[in-house]
Amino acid sequence: MSDALIVLVVLAAGTYVLKAAGPLALGNRRLPVRLQSLVDLLPAALLASLAIVSTVGDGPAVTLDARLVGLVFAGVALWRRAPFVIVIVVASAATAAVRVFN
Amino acid sequence: MSVSASDSVDDAGIRRRLRRQAASITVAVAPFGIVFGASAATAGLRLFEAVGYSVFVFAGSAQFAAVEILGDGGSAASAAIAGLLLNVRSLAFGVIMAPALTGAFWQRALMSQLMIDEATAVGVAAVEKRHRRYGYLVGGLGVFVVWNLTTVLGFVVFSNAGDLIVDLGLDVAGPAAFLALLWPRLADRRQLATAAAGAAIAVALVPFTPAGVPILASMLGVGAAGLVATSSVNEDSSESESAV
Repeated sequence: MSDALIVLVVLAAGTYVLKAAGPLALGNRRLPVRLQSLVDLLPAALLASLAIVSTVGDGPAVTLDARLVGLVFAGVALWRRAPFVIVIVVASAATAAVRVFN
Repeated sequence: MSVSASDSVDDAGIRRRLRRQAASITVAVAPFGIVFGASAATAGLRLFEAVGYSVFVFAGSAQFAAVEILGDGGSAASAAIAGLLLNVRSLAFGVIMAPALTGAFWQRALMSQLMIDEATAVGVAAVEKRHRRYGYLVGGLGVFVVWNLTTVLGFVVFSNAGDLIVDLGLDVAGPAAFLALLWPRLADRRQLATAAAGAAIAVALVPFTPAGVPILASMLGVGAAGLVATSSVNEDSSESESAV
């Protein structure tokens, strides 16, 4: 078996355990009230960290570059109530434009 | 959760919006599928192995990391560990999504394979459980199909897709989509504070931790703070909040 295949099997199995632990172990039980209110709040932290880390993260470094300009334009588009697709197009176009002029 | 006539009209509208969000995020993922296919080819994988990663691992960042390490001549162990470390966050996604992913054991087992950033992001953007489930499923299935098709496309056709993505600014499509999904929550002060704290924790940890950990840590940090805060208020008020 090639290394790539060994990694594939191990990584697929391990990843699946991580993905399925919540739905399979918690099952159809209701979460305790306190945990439930926490779970209502956590998505905000999740979405914010996903957005910001993929904007300023550059391997192990934090880099402020054209991507941040794109994200700011996304924010402006959202503030102007632009539809989802437009937000993404505006952000990408702004980032591309900054790169062209640099 | 009673469904009246006006509810069901609303329901169709919400589902339409979720499908639109899922479609956009799926399109945003496509370029990265191409890059993954291309880098798998560069790293010396065979086509069935590259597709195997996209079907069975199905976690973008972990696939990239593992294939990159293998391509650089790293050991199988380091490639697998790096990939798994990146995916610890899906454990947290699973806890968040579990209440919406009810059903028979085999249904939950199947739905769990879709536990990725994008499916979770579309899912949690909805309010009611049935809409969370719907958003998660359309987002997850859309990305699954496109991710696998583009893996093949990248493997067979593209070799310099990475440059193209940067030139077109498509590397910011993902972050913009996450921001768009976060946006409606920011009108609420508690959600805004949570988002700000989560973002700050994540950015602060980027230089010091392997990729994937900052996102997990931001949820754990905010979660710990939330537990302390809710335990200091009385049970009555926490109960009325969670009834929303």
